[in-house]
Amino acid sequence: MAFKIISSQCTACSACEPECPNNAIREKDGTFIIKPEKCSECIGYFDEPQCVAVCPVDDTCVIDNSYPRYVAA
Amino acid sequence: MDNQASVASVESSQGKPLDQVLQQIAEHKGCGTSSEGGKASCGSSTAPEDMDPAIWEKVKNHPCYSEEAHHHFARMHVAVAPACNIQCNYCNRKYDCANESRPGVVSEKLTPEQASRKVLAVASTIPQMTVLGIAGPGDPLANPEKTFKTFELVAETAPDIKLCVSTNGLALPEHVERLSQFNIDHVTITINMVDPEVGQHIYPWIFWKNKRWKGIDAARILHEHQMRGLEMLTERGILCKVNSVMIPGINDKHLVEVNKAVKSRGAFLHNIMPLISAPEHGTVFGLNGQRGPTAQELKALQDSCEGEMNMMRHCRQCRADAVGLLGEDRSSEFSTEKVMEMDIQYDAEGRKAYQEKVEEERQATVLAKQAEMAGLEAEFSDLKVLIAVATKGHGRVNEHFGHAQEFQIYELSTQGSKFVGHRRVDLYCQGGYGEEDTLPTVIRAINDCVAVFVAKIGGCPKDSLKAAGIDPVDKYAHEFIEQSAVKYFKEYLAKVKSGEVVHEVRGDADIRQGAYIAA
Ligand code: SF4
Ligand code: SF4
Ligand code: SF4
Repeated sequence: MAFKIISSQCTACSACEPECPNNAIREKDGTFIIKPEKCSECIGYFDEPQCVAVCPVDDTCVIDNSYPRYVAA
Repeated sequence: MDNQASVASVESSQGKPLDQVLQQIAEHKGCGTSSEGGKASCGSSTAPEDMDPAIWEKVKNHPCYSEEAHHHFARMHVAVAPACNIQCNYCNRKYDCANESRPGVVSEKLTPEQASRKVLAVASTIPQMTVLGIAGPGDPLANPEKTFKTFELVAETAPDIKLCVSTNGLALPEHVERLSQFNIDHVTITINMVDPEVGQHIYPWIFWKNKRWKGIDAARILHEHQMRGLEMLTERGILCKVNSVMIPGINDKHLVEVNKAVKSRGAFLHNIMPLISAPEHGTVFGLNGQRGPTAQELKALQDSCEGEMNMMRHCRQCRADAVGLLGEDRSSEFSTEKVMEMDIQYDAEGRKAYQEKVEEERQATVLAKQAEMAGLEAEFSDLKVLIAVATKGHGRVNEHFGHAQEFQIYELSTQGSKFVGHRRVDLYCQGGYGEEDTLPTVIRAINDCVAVFVAKIGGCPKDSLKAAGIDPVDKYAHEFIEQSAVKYFKEYLAKVKSGEVVHEVRGDADIRQGAYIAA
């Protein structure tokens, strides 16, 4: 149920942080991270995952396969 | 959608007092080419009789507005707003925003608290520091909380410091109201197109209303917001400058239309900057081989827009967090660590007194030039030459040739001297310190000039310059630049007349690719 940020790609621009409807994103050690248990893949809020849509570096905010996909309650 | 509204408000902004004032600024600037012979107060240096004193107060100490103010007043930038809401093909956001500075260089990211402390530290140490801007990477209005917090903190302690923001314009309409509540001195919008067909080749996407827009839709939305934002600023009497990046083959010819569009909406200054593009910047344009313009192409475009409005020619695309006058950079004195330890005493009175003294100094340079203008030979009215000047500021020829990191270029004609641009010659790769390496670079950068004014110059470079057809002139050392330039031009005309010199049109020059890094 989540997206993750590939930290080696992240420029730490912070653009994703305020866009997340679930406050799932925060800064940690000079890069940004997604708290997987908070991320709803933006389902129920927006058509596109906001972190993906705003991120300046392609393929930086991606599906975290180690988590099951989010299912709306 | 609400985009139709913007068309109507163009008309409604006409006829306001501000428009008249802006018109006067435009006319004033045009006096150099008027039939009156361009006497009196040409250039933007003295307080012109025809300019509203309130506007003059706003612009006179502003390094963004007047080239010669750059000699006397400084501005600084702080990077507090790293997020951006659009993507430009000339930007790699691992580095600074190319709109305001240069690709390939990183500014230190600061919190609003750190930033305001740094500003106060700099302002207490350097009384010429009068303007604060928010630097890239990123767009100040895509980070409104950080930007406005910084402005609030600075305004509390140092209300005399003018604040400015540079934006891509996408979020401008929604923030104009809040901006106008601050002591915002002016806003810069980067506008590279007024036609989405052109825009789609510059902007691959924008983020707006929780969605990534691409292609022509993205460019259309951005364009509408830019125009509406500009109109809203004009309506509120906030000065607005427009920056455009000249991208040969994409928007070079189109920028003449951009110039008209922004002028009609009340922008009072238009700054056309060259695209700086190299593969190592990692930008789309850098990687796909899109070239930047040559010095001649840039000047031709600036000239063709000048009849339309006030053109800005002194943009250095400087390193955004540089501190100091002209090429000088004192930022290492103000690292976050040092600033946090400093005992800061903000001396508003002392700053004011200092700035008044500087104002006198600059009046003196203007008067000296005007006195020298008498007796310029009218029969050579068509003849124009360029000269390069090595200077550290204060309006004087006061830099050693070998130490110059940039040259200022003046155009000389029977109308007098006119500042037309800069050439930076500091080396991108910090390797070559030897004069043998740097000299050809310097010569290429000022190859379109007939002479170079320096405070001092060694024998070797002197000979190479002469061989390249550039006259090395050190006899005006420490004198006023413009007065000396007019003197030199008089002599030049006399020599052409007597046949001692054959006037030839010089070739083109290089715009150096790479970051401006003062040593
Ligand atoms: S996908 Fe949506 S909910 Fe998940 S981290 Fe990104 S913005 Fe937040
Ligand atoms: S938007 Fe992308 S680059 Fe910026 S902080 Fe978020 S993940 Fe990192
Ligand atoms: S607006 Fe500035 S930071 Fe944003 S993409 Fe363009 S150049 Fe880069």
